[in-house]
Formats: sequence, C-alpha cells, structure tokens
Amino acid sequence: MTSTMNTVGRPTAPAPSAPDHDYKHPTLTGGRGLLQDEPLIFEGDGWLKTGVDLAEPTSDGGDLGDLVRRDPIGLPGLSEPEAMRHYVRLSQKNHAIDLALYPLGSCTMKHNPRLNEKMARLPGFSDIHPLQPVSTVQGALELMDTLAHWLKTLTGMPAVAMSPKAGAHGELCGLMAIRAAHEASGEHEKRRKVLVPTSAHGTNPATAAFVGYTVVEVAQTDDGRVDVADLASKLGDDVAAIMVTNPNTCGLFERDIIEIARLTHEAGAYFYCDGANFNAIVGRVRPGDLGVDAMHINLHKTFSTPHGGGGPGAGPVVLSEALAPFAPAPWVVNDGDGFKLVERAEDEAVQAFGRMCAFNGQMGMFVRALSYMMSHGSDGLRQVAEDAVLNANYIKARLSDVMSAAFPDGPCMHEALFDDEWLKGTEITTLDFAKAMIDEGFHPMTMYFPLVVHGAMLIEPTETESKAELDRFINALRLLAGAAKAGEVERFKGAPFHAPLRRLDETRAARSPKLRWTAPEGHNMAAE
Amino acid sequence: MRYLPLTSDDRSAMLAAIGAKTIDDLFVDVPAPARRDGFVDLPRVMGELEVERALKALAGKNTAAGDAPFFCGAGAYRHHVPATVDHIIQRSEFLTSYTPYQPEIAQGTLQYLYEFQTQVANLTGMEVANASLYDGSTAMAEGVLMATRVTRRNKAVISGGVHPHYVAATETVVHAVGVETEVLPTAIDAEADVIGRIGPDTACVVVQTPNVFGTATDVTKIAEAAKAAGALLIVVVTEAVSMGLLKSPGEMGADIVAAEGQSIGNALNYGGPYVGLFACRQSLIRQMPGRLCGETVDADGERGFVLTLSTREQHIRRDKATSNICTNSGLCCLAFSIHMSLLGETGLRKLALLNHEKALATRDALAAIAGVEVLTPRFFNEFAVRLPRPAAEVVERLAEHRVLAGVPFSRLNPGAGMDDVLLVAATETTLDADIQILAKALGKVLAG
Repeated sequence: MTSTMNTVGRPTAPAPSAPDHDYKHPTLTGGRGLLQDEPLIFEGDGWLKTGVDLAEPTSDGGDLGDLVRRDPIGLPGLSEPEAMRHYVRLSQKNHAIDLALYPLGSCTMKHNPRLNEKMARLPGFSDIHPLQPVSTVQGALELMDTLAHWLKTLTGMPAVAMSPKAGAHGELCGLMAIRAAHEASGEHEKRRKVLVPTSAHGTNPATAAFVGYTVVEVAQTDDGRVDVADLASKLGDDVAAIMVTNPNTCGLFERDIIEIARLTHEAGAYFYCDGANFNAIVGRVRPGDLGVDAMHINLHKTFSTPHGGGGPGAGPVVLSEALAPFAPAPWVVNDGDGFKLVERAEDEAVQAFGRMCAFNGQMGMFVRALSYMMSHGSDGLRQVAEDAVLNANYIKARLSDVMSAAFPDGPCMHEALFDDEWLKGTEITTLDFAKAMIDEGFHPMTMYFPLVVHGAMLIEPTETESKAELDRFINALRLLAGAAKAGEVERFKGAPFHAPLRRLDETRAARSPKLRWTAPEGHNMAAE
Repeated sequence: MRYLPLTSDDRSAMLAAIGAKTIDDLFVDVPAPARRDGFVDLPRVMGELEVERALKALAGKNTAAGDAPFFCGAGAYRHHVPATVDHIIQRSEFLTSYTPYQPEIAQGTLQYLYEFQTQVANLTGMEVANASLYDGSTAMAEGVLMATRVTRRNKAVISGGVHPHYVAATETVVHAVGVETEVLPTAIDAEADVIGRIGPDTACVVVQTPNVFGTATDVTKIAEAAKAAGALLIVVVTEAVSMGLLKSPGEMGADIVAAEGQSIGNALNYGGPYVGLFACRQSLIRQMPGRLCGETVDADGERGFVLTLSTREQHIRRDKATSNICTNSGLCCLAFSIHMSLLGETGLRKLALLNHEKALATRDALAAIAGVEVLTPRFFNEFAVRLPRPAAEVVERLAEHRVLAGVPFSRLNPGAGMDDVLLVAATETTLDADIQILAKALGKVLAG
C-alpha cells in the first residue's frame, strides 16, 4: 500500500485501522483523546493548599474558647489553574443542550439564551439582600410584579404565588392553598382524597401524600386521556382535588378538560393542573379558560431558565379567585406609593396558608424568565408553542413507520410518545435502544414514563431545534431501528461503547451505598 | 425571532410531511371555547438591546450591596466569590444539562455531586450528605419530617433562636401532616431551654447555631439529652462559613444538619436561588429526602457515579416517597463546591477568622455609641444590638443615607416585642471604612 506524503515526508492520510477494532481500546493512562481521566479532589495532594489569596487574620478566635473547631475538617484545596482544569475536565463528560438534541420528554430541554444569564448577573439583581429595606429594592419588586403580570396574562388566571422554588414545590403550594380553602369552608376533615391519573408525574402523588392526602388513581382511556366516567365515579364530597397534567404525559391534550373541571367543581373539589407541559400551549391556550384552580409553571421548562444539572428551578403557582386569598407570604403589592413586600400574612388579616421558604423565591430565575419572555413577546411565545408542537408531530410522522407510536391517531402536542411494541422479538429493550442513542451522539428520550405505556419512549424536541437537526436525529433513530430489526443485538445490549463510561451498575450502588469519599487506612490529611 | 430556528419554508414542509394543512390542525384537541386567535395582551418581540435596556433600568432602581456600606445577614450573607466559580458554572456542559439520570453521559455532574456530598459531610462533621435541597429553610422542614419517620414520633421542639422564617416554612409543611411543633419563646441565648421540653413524644429538637441573633452555642448537652430521650437533634446553620471556625454540628452530636449553603459560591440574589445542605448519620440514609449520588463501576469495571437509593424518591416510589422533591439546586451545588475547592480547609479557616474579626470590629464600633447595647454574648459574624429607637425606623433612615445597616428583628418576627433589636452582620467584604461610616451614621440618627 502506498501513501501520499507531504513535503516534510509526513503521511497525509491516516494508516488503515486495525482489522479487529474493538469499540474501546484501553489506553495506558486512562485518558482518551480529549477525555482526561480525572480523580476526585480528595485524591490529590492539596490538603493544605488554597486557591484564594486572603488577608492574614490577626487573631485565632480565642475569644470563642471551646467553641472553636480544632480537628481537621478534611477539605482539600486547589490552586486556581488546578481548579479550572478539574472542572473543565469533568464538564467534558456531560451531555448538554448546547451540544446536541436533548429530547427528554416532560423536561423541555430548550436553548438557554445567554442574555438571560447576563441579566441575572446585573448587581442590581444578584447583589441585593432579601431583607434590605424595600425602599432600596423597588426595581426588584417591580420585576417580580411584571413577571407576575406576564404569568397571569398568559394563563388567564387572576393571581400568582411567586415563592415556590421548583415544580414540586409549586405543587405543594397549590395543594396547601386547596387545603386551606377547604379548611376555611369547614370541609377539610371530610375531603381527604386527591385523584391523580395513572399517567401523572411521580411528584403529583408524592406531593398529595406529602401533605397528608390519600391518593386515588384515575384510569386512562385507550386513547391516552383521563377516563371521565371513572373520574366521575370517584368524585364526591370526600375529594379535595384532582391533579391533572395538561397537555398530559402522553403528549396529548385532554379533550374533555372543560368537562373534567366542571365535574370537579360540581363535587366541591378543586382542579390542580400540573403545568410541566405548558410549553405546548403558551400563547395559544389559557389554563384559566379550562377551569383550572391552581397550576405551577416551571420557569426552568417553558421559560428556559437553565436546568443546571438538576436545578435550581422555580415554580410560581397561578391561582383562581377561589384560591387566591390563601396564597402564601411573601407577596408584592403596589399601593400607588411604590411597591411593598407583604412578608407576614397576619399583618394583612388575610387567609394566607403560611410560607414556602425563608425568602422571596427564586429571584435569579425570575430575571431570566422575564428576559426570555420579553425577548419573545406575545407573538414569539405563541410561535414557541406552535413550533414545539410542529417539531414533535414531525418526529412522530417521520418515525411512525419504523417505531410504534403509542397513540397513532390524531396529532400529539409537544412530545411524541412511542411504545416498545416494535421491538418485540428483537431481545432489545427500550433501555438498550436508549443507550445506543448515546453512541450516536444524542441524549436518550424519557424512558418507561408515562407508566401507562409499555416500554415508553417519550420524545420532546422543543421549538429550539432546527429542521436539519431534527432530520439528523430522525435519521439516527431510523438507522438504529433498522439495526435493531436486523438483529444487531450486541450494538444495543452493550451500549454505550463511545461514552465516557459504559453502563453503570446501579444495583451495586444501591446495595452497599458509598455516598462520599473516605480516607484510606492510615491516610493523614494534615501531614501532606 | 432569534431563538426559533424554523423558517416558514421549514414549517410548510413539515406540515406537509405530517399531513396537516395548517398549524391549527395540530391543536384540534383543544376544546373550541378555549381556542384563542391572535396574541395575548402583552408586548411583542423585543431585540436583545431593548430587553437589556429595560432590565438594566429595573436593576438600576435597586441599591446593590456592593454600592453601599452593607451589614445585612439573617440567613443570607454577602461574600466574595472568585471569578473562576461563575465562569465554570456557565460552561454549557454544566449549565445546560439535565438531572444526571443517564450516568454514562453525565459523569461531570455526578462526580461534582459526589465531591459536593463529601465536602458537605466533612464541613458539617456528619457521615453523609445529599445532593442538595432548595434552601436552608426547606431543609429544616424536611429534617423535621424525616425525624418523625425515623422515630415514629410526632412532635418537634424548636428553639426560640431559630430563624423565624425557617420556623414558618417548617410549620407550614409539617402541620399539614399533623406533626406538632412547640416553638420556645424568642431569646438571644437560651438554646439549652429545649432540654426541659423533650418528652417521650418528641421526634426531634431543632436548634440553630449561630442562632438568628448570632449567638454561637455548644449543643453537645442538648444532643445528649435528645439521645437519652430517643429523640433526634437537628442543627440548623444559616451561615455555612461559620463551620470554618466553630465546632461542627457533627462534633457536637447532631443527628441531622439542615443548613443554608448560599454563603459559599452563591450570590445574594434577593433570596434565591440558594442551596440547602442536608446531612445526617449513615444509619438514617434510607429515610433521607432528595437525590443521592453514589459510587459504583461500569461494565468495564471502571469507577463511576450514579444517582442511587432512588427507591426513596418520587419518580419511583410516588406516594410512598420520602419527599416530593425533584428539581433541587444542582448548579448552586457546583458553585458551592468550586468555591470550597478553591478555599480548601486552609482558606476556609482563614475566611472564617476574617469574618469573625470584622464582626468584632463592627461590634466594638457600635458598642461605643451612646444608647446602643450589644446583646449577643459570643458570635461568629453576626450579632444583635438593642437601639433606643425602633430598629426598622433607624434602618430606613440609614438607607436614606445609603447605609444598609442590617436587619431589624421586627421584620422577621413583629410579635416578639423586640422592635428595638437590630441584627448586624459583617463579612470579609466589609471595609474598615464601612464600619466607620455605619457607626457615624448610626450615632447621628440616634442623636437626631
């Protein structure tokens, strides 16, 4: 074989690869190209090191006597360059929206505009204290009031509680308001049940139980919606609320939602809507027009505050007239003489049910969300819903001939749901298929959720994917589907082969939990 | 619209592929009365420049802590955060990733969570820590609920030194499930009073150190009393830096620690997002709330990390879960962890001492003012003073002179009869000049 050389005698084409290429040839150091093998910070030699230059203290805390901490704490330090490398090396082992499609159904992994990050870091927002005199934070209160106005307008609801710190915290807030309303009307003692469809997010039943309600499941029809007859048969004067996600977790709009709300109200119960999927309808449908009494809005989904590897989020809850008086402290009022912050409900002699957290909610997320909303405007937000729904339907249409759509008839909303019927007889499971997607450069879709669909694969592309990116994704899934049906079992069972790590042993992790680094025998942290 | 990649040609082609005529065909399941034509009544699309102008105008109406002598604390503290922290947390791979449910492509997040858990465990002196809760106050609520599960008892005894907002946030949640609380009278230095209130039905006692008035307390005797009665001791810490100078809750016998981690790596942010630290004894882990990251190996035997013990959690256990929490404070954990890695034990101890020194200097300056009485006997970086006038009024007057003098206790608990009490905090960011300006301005206001 001849190879072309350049003028310094270097080959200009790569040598042919080894014939028996295995997927992951071990290296001598554990490093692999751009992926560095990075130990824990505790495994280095930095027990006495620091990466921060501070003034020398002039005392030793002697005035505190026995209260002073004397024993080693066990916190290694890194110089600044070491810290930078440590975290950058770690970062390169993560998938991210900025890298590729992140089609996690129910999670709304959309583009996170950096303008929002910049705005949240303005010292006028980031460097203000939650208990500063309100006269010195008028702009912050105005921002909260403005965001509240946008949220109320988009949902068609009269009130909003801003302080919940995430979706599940919002659910808690909503159910507490419902409970307070039943207490006020003397019905709390008999209304101890919350109805939740089988397709609900896990947080719904967990929240209901968290505040002491008994959870009763409501069946689902064959077309993926709440079984209204079953719901009606379970509604009664012992029911406090229903919790329904709409669009639901099958990615479908609840066609009977207005009837569901009517039946619920007729039974004296309240309608809590899980707003996780608001992205599908923002600007086109107002939950207030559907009869909703309370709904949390995940600012980290619909309004694009970053997910940050699991948080922080924010979960303001819009409330109906009936529930508004029970909203928790604090809240913002504008009495014409500037903005005020009502921090204690009893001051206002209202029926607020209490307080969700120490301070005023997720201000950093409020700034980002308002920045995002203003950037889109009412026209852009309506387009968000339309493009999100269009993208999901496009994926559903282009994959339905090779995979089995769970609900093939009619359009879906912003997520396309498939089951594992099409994998029957291949030995390949939903999990295997998802892990093989990793090798192709995509994050898996949400798997095995909702529980009502066997081997569920829930794909939510969001509106921030281009058609070219969707086509690339669709093409990859079509190729994988073909390989699955052609019997390439090992490609799936062994996957991922190309990720930083292969499949991890979760059973082992849970059987004998090791939740922290501990010093090996004889290790002296102070002496190094 | 700059964030929407589809062109109108794309949309037409995609509708055709779907077999739909218009976008409205995809919304047919929406009941007719709820379908809206046209746009909701809000402003239209804005360019980046316009949004930036509008939001800067709002930010400009606030007095940033860095622009004035600043002495507010009471559960949120202004510290210097190294520039490296904010740079790293804005990396795409951290900022724009989800909860690490697919560990093969989330080792970056999982490894820092494992490091974070170890740092928090060591800082608090506890055996294990979780991967964060929303903030310190919700961590306290979760701690009380956890104690009721562990002990199968139903009552929490809460010291009068616990931050009133923490108490309110906790009572709001735990009363809903029928857990009783007994909150002792507000007091500057009376943590030991909880001992006399421990009974056979006590699931836990909750004490805060340093407490809301800044008083630092050795809770060892409280821990012993709780243990003897079969109750758990929950120690609340609202200023994480204090653990660099003061004995850790673990060393003093805490069973559960619920702390606010904002002080390390995170800005004031007008109250959020913050990061709840939650640590406990190893034997209690199956009753813990929140995510836990654990070590394991992959199919090739290489070490890796995964979220574990998820049978405690809502997405698996639904109504039998230990908590409903899902989204937590991931990126704030990262900020905490980076800042802590930069500090190391050496830097943390130094930082804590500097905070203490600044607070001592502030105390001395205020104690010299006629009519000002220092109330807190021993403290870390925050203390209470009694003023001859209502503190809220004084703080407002000082704000007019662009001095943020601290937090009037009446703002946290108007019913405590402590309208004349002011909470004053100092940190390494406090300048000697700031202390002088505060003392001078306060003296003037009190004299005037």
